[in-house]
Amino acid sequence: MSATDVLELSAAEAAAAIAAGALSASELFETYRSRAASDRAADEGALNCFTWVADDEPEGSAPAPLGGVPVAVKDLFCTEGVPSQSGSRILEGYLPPYTATAVSRLTEAGATLLGKTNQDEFAMGSSNENSAFGPVLNPWDRTRVPGGSSGGSAAAVAAGLAPWALGTDTGGSIRQPAALCGIVGLKPTYGAVSRYGMIAFASSLDQAGPLTRDVTDAALMLKHMVGRDPCDATSLAFPEEIALPSAEQLDGIRLGVPKELTSGSTGSEGEGIEAGVLDVFRVALGRAEELGAKIVQSVQLPHAPHALSAYYVLAPAEASSNLARFDGVRYGMRAEDAGDLLDMYTRTRHDGFGAEVKRRIMLGTYALSSGYYDAYYGRAQRVRTKIADDFRSAFEQVDLIVTPTAPTVAFKLGEKTDDPLAMYLNDYCTVPMSLAGIPAISIPCGLSEGLPVGLQIAGPAFSENRLLDAAHALERALGFDGSKARA
Amino acid sequence: MARLARLQLGDKEIEPMARELSAVLDHIAKISELDLKDVPPTSHVIADAMPTHPALRPDEPCLSLPREVALAQAPAVSGDGFLVPSPQA
Repeated sequence: MSATDVLELSAAEAAAAIAAGALSASELFETYRSRAASDRAADEGALNCFTWVADDEPEGSAPAPLGGVPVAVKDLFCTEGVPSQSGSRILEGYLPPYTATAVSRLTEAGATLLGKTNQDEFAMGSSNENSAFGPVLNPWDRTRVPGGSSGGSAAAVAAGLAPWALGTDTGGSIRQPAALCGIVGLKPTYGAVSRYGMIAFASSLDQAGPLTRDVTDAALMLKHMVGRDPCDATSLAFPEEIALPSAEQLDGIRLGVPKELTSGSTGSEGEGIEAGVLDVFRVALGRAEELGAKIVQSVQLPHAPHALSAYYVLAPAEASSNLARFDGVRYGMRAEDAGDLLDMYTRTRHDGFGAEVKRRIMLGTYALSSGYYDAYYGRAQRVRTKIADDFRSAFEQVDLIVTPTAPTVAFKLGEKTDDPLAMYLNDYCTVPMSLAGIPAISIPCGLSEGLPVGLQIAGPAFSENRLLDAAHALERALGFDGSKARA
Repeated sequence: MARLARLQLGDKEIEPMARELSAVLDHIAKISELDLKDVPPTSHVIADAMPTHPALRPDEPCLSLPREVALAQAPAVSGDGFLVPSPQA
C-alpha cells in the first residue's frame, strides 16, 4: 500500500487492513511516525502537534482488536518512562513511573503509542496558546488556533499526523478543538473512562475521550476504554457494550434545539453564536429532518446561561487544590538558589506555571478561601444541580440535544490572549454538558469562511450508543470532506 | 491571595492579574442572582443520582510505589527522603 493510501484509512479501516494481511502494522506505524517526527523536528511551518514522538515501533503489538494502530496521546496522560508534562514547564523532565488506565486499556487492546500531543498547560485554555511547548497551529489555516485544550490531538488527527488521538475534556477541551479542526470528538459520560493517571485539572469534570476522523473510530476507541477502574473511585461500570454505529436514518428521533445555546450574538458580552456558524448549524438541522428526525424548538435549558459562571468557580477551585502538589519537592523542576522552603515553593511555582494557570490558581484560591466558600464553590455546586435537572427535564421531551459546538470558527492566533473572558466564552455551548456529566459528541457539519463548524449532539448519561448512532447517520448525510487539512 | 496560593508574582504581574480577575469575578457574580434555596449541591454528577453506586473502595492496604521509584523523579533526595531547603534559612 502506498503511503497516500495508508493515510486515507480511518483507524478502524487500518485495523481491518492489518487483520486481513493487506497492511503491516510496522508500515502503518512508520508512515505516521515519520510524519509526526517531521512535524516535531521542523522549526518553521510545523503545526507543533507533538511534545514527544516514539523512535521505534513498540515491540510485541500482538494481534488484538486494535492490532497495531498507533494512537497519539495528550501530554497530560501519564505514560511510564515517557515524558508527561501536561504542557507545563513545572513538570520539565518528569518521567511517570506508571501509565494512565485509559492509555493502558488501548495498548492492551493492541494500539501502539505514537507520541504525546501538545495541549494548553494543565488543560486550561481554548486555543492551545497556553503551552510551555508553544502554540499549535490549525491545519486548515496556519494563522489560526486549533482550539484547546486538546489542540495537539485535534490538529494531529486533522492533518493526518496520527490516525486518531486521545484527549480530555473538562469544559469542552475535546469537542471544541475537534470542531475547530473539522474532526470528531467525544466527551463520554463523567465516570465512563477512568481518570487514573491523568494529571488532574478539575476532578469533578475531567473526562478522557477520543478525537478521531470519523464517528466509527470514536466508537471503536471508546469501546476499549470504558469501565470501572479500582484505581479511580469516581469511575463507573458502563451498563452496556459500546457498539460500532450502523444507523443511516434518524427515524422518529426527537432532536431538541435549546434557544439558550443556539441564539445569535447579543452585543457587548460576546455571548451567542456567530452568524456563519448558525447558518451551517441550520443546514445540518435540515439534513437531520430529511433523515427522519423531528426538530423540537421548544426545549429549554433555563440555567444554561449560568453554566459558564458556575464552571469558572468549580474548575479553578478544583485546579487550585489539584495543582498544590506542584511545589518543586517530588517531581519536575525546582527554582534554584531559593532561600528557605517557602521561598522555594513560591519561586518554583512562579517560574514553572504560565499566566493562565496562575490566573486560575488565584481564582480558585479566592473561591475556596475562608468566608467565601459558600458564596462561590457551594453556590456553583447548586447551580450545577439546576443545570443537571434542566437536562433531565429536557430529555423527557427529546431524545438528544443539538447545538453548535463552538460559537465561532477557529480564530486568529493571539486574538483572544489578552482577554481571558472572551477566551472563556468559547466554551459557552460545551460547559453545560460538562457540568451535567452527560455525553456529547462534536462532528464536523460544514464550513463557514472556509473553516470547519462543529455540530454538538448531547444525550442522557450512558446514552453513548444512541449518540454514536445518530452522529453516524448525520455524518453520512452531511458528507464533510476533511481531506484538505491532510494535504 | 498570592501568598495563600503559594505563588510569587512579579511587580509587573500584579496589576494585570488583578484587572483580569476582577473581570472574571464580575461575570461569575451572575450566579448570585439565582434563587438556590433548598437546592442540594452536586459533587459527583452521575453517581449522586445513582444511590447504589459503591463510591468508595474497600479500605484495604495494598502495595504502593517502591521508595526508590517514588524518589527517582525528585529534584533532590537525601537518603530515603525528599531533600528540601530548611523552613527557616
